[in-house]
Amino acid sequence: MNIIALIKQVPDTAVDLKINTEATDIMYQDIPWVINPYDEYAVEEALRIKEKNGGSVTVISMGPDRAADIIRSSIAMGADDGIHLKDAAFDGSDAYRAAFILSKIASVSGYDIILAGKQAVDDGWGQVGPALAEILNIPSVSSILKLEISEDKKTATAHREIDEGLEIVEVPLPALFTIQQGINKPRYASLPGIMRAKKKEIKVFNADELGISQGETGREASLIMLRKLFKPPERKKGEMLKGNVMSAVKELINRLRNEAKVI
Amino acid sequence: MNSGNILVITEHKEGAVTSGTLEAIGAGRYVSDRLNTGLSVVVLGSSISALSSAISNTGIDNIYLIENHLLTQYTSDAHLAALYPFIKTNEPSIILIPSTCLGRDLAPKLAARLKTAYLSDVSGIEVNVPSPLAGEGKGEGIFEGQILFTRPVYGGRLLSTVKCRGEMPWVVTLRSRAFEKPAAPASKSPKIETLPVDIDSSYIRTIIKNMEKTQKGLGLTDADIVISGGRGMKGTQGFKMLEELAGILGGVVGASGAAVDAGWMPHSAQVGQTGKVVSPKLYIACGISGAPQHLAGMSTSKCVVAINKDPDAPIFKAADYGIAGDIFEVLPVLIEELKR
Repeated sequence: MNIIALIKQVPDTAVDLKINTEATDIMYQDIPWVINPYDEYAVEEALRIKEKNGGSVTVISMGPDRAADIIRSSIAMGADDGIHLKDAAFDGSDAYRAAFILSKIASVSGYDIILAGKQAVDDGWGQVGPALAEILNIPSVSSILKLEISEDKKTATAHREIDEGLEIVEVPLPALFTIQQGINKPRYASLPGIMRAKKKEIKVFNADELGISQGETGREASLIMLRKLFKPPERKKGEMLKGNVMSAVKELINRLRNEAKVI
Repeated sequence: MNSGNILVITEHKEGAVTSGTLEAIGAGRYVSDRLNTGLSVVVLGSSISALSSAISNTGIDNIYLIENHLLTQYTSDAHLAALYPFIKTNEPSIILIPSTCLGRDLAPKLAARLKTAYLSDVSGIEVNVPSPLAGEGKGEGIFEGQILFTRPVYGGRLLSTVKCRGEMPWVVTLRSRAFEKPAAPASKSPKIETLPVDIDSSYIRTIIKNMEKTQKGLGLTDADIVISGGRGMKGTQGFKMLEELAGILGGVVGASGAAVDAGWMPHSAQVGQTGKVVSPKLYIACGISGAPQHLAGMSTSKCVVAINKDPDAPIFKAADYGIAGDIFEVLPVLIEELKR
């Protein structure tokens, strides 16, 4: 089985986020870069599928030089190969353009299963996976919490999160799945894995090598333009209800009924 | 439908139009009034004719009922097969879809098939008065530069305002509870058309084998009242108290990341940056300290109550009403008093 996991490097959002003076982006100084958590679940799921069904796992990331870090950390977890799509012409691509670039490499490398996080924690579009499936004309199942491959490896059964609970969906392979939090707990890299990742050659592709022409990607080709980034208005600090438990609770109920009118 | 109309794609469950759909119609009314275009609504499914009565007084111009037994259950393949030719024929300018599990599956694929702009999880739309010189950069969109969309990024810790360009229709999903439902019943009644559609069953590659309902009643993002617990709940036993309180108030129980990581609640209940974003009328935070990651998921709530032992907990800075006290002393009293 040829299993692809798509991974994106994102700023670690656990830290304080500051906006630049032009209000066009966050300030990247001192912000650590990490693998998008949803994509890390995708890598783990890819490794589990391989362990159960055989095959190989290839991780693919598009981004500048630093994106090599998450490719190596995925190889250290156990991925067989890493592919890095890197070209200044890709900078500023919107999610559809990113899916387009990924479709080129997917067609070259071949695939039975493509896994991607259901969204990235930075811009949160949730578009790359479903759009890639559409471009490749393969079925996709989004926001999955469980994945099983049939014995003949021709179909897969996925548990997909829906608003009411779960939906169990069967699809023919090849197919694309986007991964929801809760599907697995990613493993730590082993020491031999880390050693292997250090030595492993990452294949790098630029626009030309992918058969992408000038103007097909990047900021100029993108249909979405950011105007402004800002902090949501802060909530005003309200009132602490004093007194013993009984009087505070009574006051709270009174306020919720008669002041806020929400119960 | 006139070319250039705003189009809302209806989501319906068990024979009822969802509140997210009504919010999308409300947003659509605002946009179509400002741009002076029509507003159309499309419903896909089987035996859906009764649904039109639920939306016929919302001030829309057209209702299209696309009926086929293959649309009974949602699959992106069948819905796209029905929607794509409909959209190509009718040429709407902007397509609005609730940002639910269905919407976030269907919309990006629809935009990819149309090769037009896609915006997810939009929480605000601002339409500026048309200007003949509108538009920065290239693109052919007739509303270029006139419409600004606001959406959360970094899991709701920041907001971004974006605009689209290029060919239309632009496909937009709308965050739950971010837009008002249409106000008072409108006098105009929509033209209703039923469009039978042929769908080749071989287009449908996904087979739905089963559905497991774990959610009783409303989901977290739809609920008017959300009661969340954090590390201070100390275990699953503590969450039983929250379930009881939710039962009395008609609310839904959520959890902080810490409570989910501890295994007391499923991931699907998590409120925050990597979980769900909720905007209920009333949010009660119990034993939650109020890390930025959690605040990102609930700060758009209308009224926030915090109950926490630590009077310096950051959650109190975001709360309208706070009680500094032991959750295991406060909650039983609150439950008893509400039962009276």
